[in-house]
Amino acid sequence: MYRYDEFDHRFVSERVAQFRDQAARRLSGELTEDEFKPLRLMNGLYLQLHAYMLRVAIPYGTLSGKQMRKLADVADKYDRGYGHFTTRQNIQYNWIKLEETADLLQELSEVEMHAIQTSGNCIRNVTTDHWAGAAADELADPRPVAELLRQWSTLHPEFSFLPRKFKIAVTGAPNDRAAVKVHDIGLRMHQNDAGERGWEVIVGGGLGRTPLIGYTVREFLPETQLLSYLEAIMRVYNLHGRRDNKYKARIKILVHELGEENFRAEVEAEFARQKELDVEVESRELERISNYFAEPAFETLPRLSTGYEAARAGDPAFAQWVRSNIAAHRKDGYAIVNISLKPEGGIPGDATSEQMRTVADLAERFSVEEIRVSHHQNLVLPHVKLDDLHEVWKVLAANGLASANIGKAGDIIACPGLDYCTLATARSIPIAQTISRRFADLNRQHEIGPLRINISGCINACGHHHVAHIGILGLEKKGVEYYQITLGGSSATDASIGTILGPGFSGDKVPDAIETIVNTYLNLRQGGDDSFLDVVRRLGHQPFKEALYAPA
Amino acid sequence: MNAIETGKALTGNRLSDGEVVFLTRSGAWSVSIDEAVIALEPQSEAALERRGEQAVAHNVVTEAYLIGVERSQGRVRALHIRERIRATGPSVRLDLGKQSQGTGGGFAPQS
Amino acid sequence: MPLLKDNDFIDDTWQRLDDGAAIPATGDILVSLARLLADFGKLSNRDGRLGVEFPNEERPGVLESFLPDLSLIALTFPKFADGRAYSQARQLRQLGYDGELRAIGDVLPDQLSFMLETGFDAFEVTERFPEEAWEQAASSISLTYQSAAYQPRRLHVWRLRWARDEGV
Repeated sequence: MYRYDEFDHRFVSERVAQFRDQAARRLSGELTEDEFKPLRLMNGLYLQLHAYMLRVAIPYGTLSGKQMRKLADVADKYDRGYGHFTTRQNIQYNWIKLEETADLLQELSEVEMHAIQTSGNCIRNVTTDHWAGAAADELADPRPVAELLRQWSTLHPEFSFLPRKFKIAVTGAPNDRAAVKVHDIGLRMHQNDAGERGWEVIVGGGLGRTPLIGYTVREFLPETQLLSYLEAIMRVYNLHGRRDNKYKARIKILVHELGEENFRAEVEAEFARQKELDVEVESRELERISNYFAEPAFETLPRLSTGYEAARAGDPAFAQWVRSNIAAHRKDGYAIVNISLKPEGGIPGDATSEQMRTVADLAERFSVEEIRVSHHQNLVLPHVKLDDLHEVWKVLAANGLASANIGKAGDIIACPGLDYCTLATARSIPIAQTISRRFADLNRQHEIGPLRINISGCINACGHHHVAHIGILGLEKKGVEYYQITLGGSSATDASIGTILGPGFSGDKVPDAIETIVNTYLNLRQGGDDSFLDVVRRLGHQPFKEALYAPA
Repeated sequence: MNAIETGKALTGNRLSDGEVVFLTRSGAWSVSIDEAVIALEPQSEAALERRGEQAVAHNVVTEAYLIGVERSQGRVRALHIRERIRATGPSVRLDLGKQSQGTGGGFAPQS
Repeated sequence: MPLLKDNDFIDDTWQRLDDGAAIPATGDILVSLARLLADFGKLSNRDGRLGVEFPNEERPGVLESFLPDLSLIALTFPKFADGRAYSQARQLRQLGYDGELRAIGDVLPDQLSFMLETGFDAFEVTERFPEEAWEQAASSISLTYQSAAYQPRRLHVWRLRWARDEGV
């Protein structure tokens, strides 16, 4: 894992002091709300329905046990004993006081954490594959580049007042788990015939009001040119992105309005003019960072573990959890443990401070101190020995963290919605809760197979409903919430945007509608390997429409 | 007789901690919607809005705006679900927010 | 409005020339881009320096051939959250412009360090904030992660590391 040196520490301390001064000037009235708002947002502080909300950055979703324990302490000391893990691999606290925020940030800085650029019209926290450095299918760990991007984008003088927010995702694996095609910029690592690594640069994807799949502006960018090229893209966007309408201000609209070829020409021309960036300094820094991400000292273990096999054979609940929550590790004798934050009837992504401490303990005992946050709002222990899995599962189960539903119907993504969020038009969480209760039977979830249900409480799509197999969008008409259903989205390698199935439903009708859709799929599928998404892509919406909207 | 009065209340979030507050008859801000002063006609709405502008200028609240409410038997209910949730707390965490502190007014957000 | 330059409030000696106004024989004048393009011959052959107020919508490349004759370029922040001028400033510095680059419009202390880093060296400011506020704002963060600064003021973290690790 990356560790701060004296310079990173100094930088973050100065940033906290700067924010302390800004907050004091706001509280004294020297700054107006209009002036302060962009400043607090650049430090992740929103004003939501009930209180201030602080979004803390978890850079590229990686954190240590010690950091997780601090997040738990912060939840107890400054909030109400819990936090909410987000679809951007961050954590949010919902009951924060402006007066206490600088103290909170100072405590975070002690464990090398901050809230810099978790909001505002700047380059946001860079996200990546939550299995980075552990996945069996990976070309290389993308996190050194993600950390390079974190530093490069931090308080970037040219790109802190962009037309709109800007999100970058990076993946080092052919199977995309970072949703790179639906980000402002997505970077996918490739290796050429000469064995050199480079980046495919995808631009103009995004969700929100205008969901779009990004296009490849460069097929293979040599690693040493990455920052110069990104600066060129950012500059074209900063200069030419629309500022007249915030709903048309994202880079995807610029790409769309200019056209892919013109956009590429603008970027390449700007890139050709970039001559001042210091490539040598940049490569040295990348090399320095890479040392922090050297492979942990894994033990040499047999591919199979007899203890683990015996536990699996003797404990059906454990075996079921293994089937859904364990992923293949690059190293023999190890596994990736996915911890579901989606208990039946629970609030997706919420964890109590006690649960955070439990995960911190497990990371320290069994996973080289490492934890990941996934954009599905779950947690990951990336490096667990097969021999330890049964013990890890028992501890998780005792703390309400062993739901065997990763990637299944119960593993629902939901934004905070109208229960917390000032932008929301409808509640998301109660819908997620009722659906997860409806599909409470784990055997049934496993029988249904891979199914991604995502819920957003407004058109801004923080719940990623466009890229769900079944997406649910909460809207409002005359003070009454209703929900639109989309089918056929995916954020994976073959990304697609779901499309609306038909007229919306009131909240209490949504679980029935989802059940009808799922039953229709079960009737249509040709065997257990024929997934929900496959069937939707093969047969289209028609059979689902017929089942859902047929006259009773 | 159970008369229901419909009007406007002035609400905002307190600058210091973001807490949802409502302007009261005395000119103070209360955390409980039940204590809100209610404008029953346009002139008094305008007066409330002026008080709101002053409170923003004096950095008491970050923003102040009118919401539709109805009052019955001393309890006040916001007309829009968003405002009912602000006045009571998250509908999915009844153990948190005003509803858990006895200041949530007389109505659950869903009702 | 006072002009902030090199941490000091100074008097602005430049005169803004309306597009229809006669060109004065002497003194430093600041003109619009349209006037510059229309009257460059007259504007550049006189006793006094020439400056241009450059709009956010234009590409700095337009100015390339005029740069040797310009002593001031003013870039606008219509609102402080509209950051186009940061990119324009860097483009102008990349084109080799080394005269005064002045920030006008909604210029606030909290953005001062970004402006300095992208190449601005003069700031038209309001009297709302005392001189100390500007000084403090410009020095509140002593480090930067970007290597792109024009006349760097903050220390570049990556270079500091390089020096540390090389023991130089």
